[in-house]
Amino acid sequence: MTTTSPDAGFTVGGERFGSRLILGTGGAANLHVLEQAVRASGTGLVTLALRRVDTAPGTSGGLLDLLDRCGVRLLPNTAGCYTAAEAVKVAHLARDAFGTDWVKLEVIGDERTLLPDGVELLRAAEELVADGFTVLPYTSDDPVLARRLADVGCAAVMPAGAPIGSGLGIGNPHHIRLIRQSVEVPVILDAGIGTASDAALAMELGCDAVLLASAVTRAVDPVAMATAMRYAVEAGRLAYGAGRIARRFHALASTPDEGRPDL
Amino acid sequence: MVGGGVIGLAIAWRCARRGLRVVVHDPAPGSGASGVAAGMLSPVVEAHFGEDELPGLLADSAARWPGFAAELTEAAGTPIGYRTDGTLVVGLTGDDLAEARRLWTYQQGLGLPITPLRPSQVRDREPALTLRLRGGAFAATDHQVDPRRLVTALRTAAERAGARLVDTPVTDLSEVVAPVTVVAAGCGAAALTGLPVRPVKGQILRLRAPDGGPPGFRHVIRGYADGEPVYLVPRADGEVVVGATVEERSDTAVSAGAVLRLLRAAVDLVPDLAEYDLVETVAGLRPGTPDNAPVLGPLPGRPGVVVATGHHRHGIVLAPVTADLIADLVVTGTPDPLLAPFGADRFTCGAARPGSTGRSKQSIEEDGWT
Repeated sequence: MTTTSPDAGFTVGGERFGSRLILGTGGAANLHVLEQAVRASGTGLVTLALRRVDTAPGTSGGLLDLLDRCGVRLLPNTAGCYTAAEAVKVAHLARDAFGTDWVKLEVIGDERTLLPDGVELLRAAEELVADGFTVLPYTSDDPVLARRLADVGCAAVMPAGAPIGSGLGIGNPHHIRLIRQSVEVPVILDAGIGTASDAALAMELGCDAVLLASAVTRAVDPVAMATAMRYAVEAGRLAYGAGRIARRFHALASTPDEGRPDL
Repeated sequence: MVGGGVIGLAIAWRCARRGLRVVVHDPAPGSGASGVAAGMLSPVVEAHFGEDELPGLLADSAARWPGFAAELTEAAGTPIGYRTDGTLVVGLTGDDLAEARRLWTYQQGLGLPITPLRPSQVRDREPALTLRLRGGAFAATDHQVDPRRLVTALRTAAERAGARLVDTPVTDLSEVVAPVTVVAAGCGAAALTGLPVRPVKGQILRLRAPDGGPPGFRHVIRGYADGEPVYLVPRADGEVVVGATVEERSDTAVSAGAVLRLLRAAVDLVPDLAEYDLVETVAGLRPGTPDNAPVLGPLPGRPGVVVATGHHRHGIVLAPVTADLIADLVVTGTPDPLLAPFGADRFTCGAARPGSTGRSKQSIEEDGWT
């Protein structure tokens, strides 16, 4: 976050983050580029799948070292889990492996769309909250389910804009707005972001932060896209707070008629 | 020479041929990544976003391959399965094709020879491909070789040229007494040199055409099948290599899920493969560096030590240029300008510093997760 920005960031799980951008590491083909992208994004929180990294002692030069060097907080995720039981187990393994009780809870309900299974998700969230985890669930854009997740004690809700990796943007902006109004905890737009305008839109809808991975890691130039996302999130947040003008059917001249010389 | 895989043996052969006295240390030559690799020689299709310096080296080495293969086949007297039928890149679904097209458009932008084809043209070239295919492209200059035969041939050629193989392992470079020590130990180079070379796991399968015949297709086929990246490498002897996962792990376990995904993608693209014998499932460890490019040249701060490792996905295709330039360096003491972007000194910031391993104590305390 630049010093000139009036936005002070957001708080989740009792932690303050200067940047409203959260990055995922999935899809990165090149650790050197990933490191530059993480730095360029300005993010303070990075999510990674337990099964993607080697937590065996003595391994070095990998993803964990890289994130450590960047000074970001780790948000382990339960990517690839299809049941509540599986997700709970992976969350516990991640807590042991990474020494953090934060978890991005993912319980996938369908292989083709990778959309969440709301029933299993809620069950896993409830159990993990009871086990003392700080739970950030990846959910669908359903305002009722989002409220239920907040009710069981999740630290945030993270609705999908569109299916993971699809780059389709935000399919139902109105639902994201409804979610923002139905829960007290932070709303983090997670999944579906394809380019900078999608991230800006998420912030304009009132989201507290945006989580994205593929949009940066699979871009032709991930570092440039990470920079774009950083600005998009800042711009969208500022616009949200600045109070946009009403949409009109017809034009309204920006220069008023009064005082026009009589010719 | 520390390491007797394709890279170590190729350097040993080139050095011995130039009259140097060469000793190769390896308890099990060719048993690392060389024994698992598929052997694609793909300077075009392997050109990926963000790997600025690598495509040039890949192209240079690929151009050396015809001569290298001919010399080696003559020197060793054994075939190495070198095939020049070319590579087809394909997409099964519309999403797959869009993904593949995005990459080959980038490769065309680099001036690399890859030609888009209509679905009918793809199948005309390779009738074994599924009728469901949405399209593809042809890279005529992307060839293949059989890495296992290559190891055998390189070993024979190196020994015939006077190199000696010994099975004593090297656990510390101080154990080696020689004017020049070349470290070509793959993932093992990290412990020997402190360079940031990490294991990148790959699971890979080998099928065999039924009845001892050759496979029903001749091109290397690679692409996406329902979002799953896969490649198929047909050998004249009936073998088909199906690969490969890319995992940030250091174990060599084979998982049911990975085998399932690879086979499903393979059979989706070439339905007849369902009738082939599944003869081998194996996992190997690629020596990966932070920028996916190899480390070639003198080891900073260690006079007399030269490194040639970190070839990641490209060890087989890069063997000729690595062997030639490292042999030049050993003989003349001067690195070829081609090696400049690949020096060990490029990792001097952050944890890439030689000798720096693991997370620093300082930062663990700072973020308070201990």
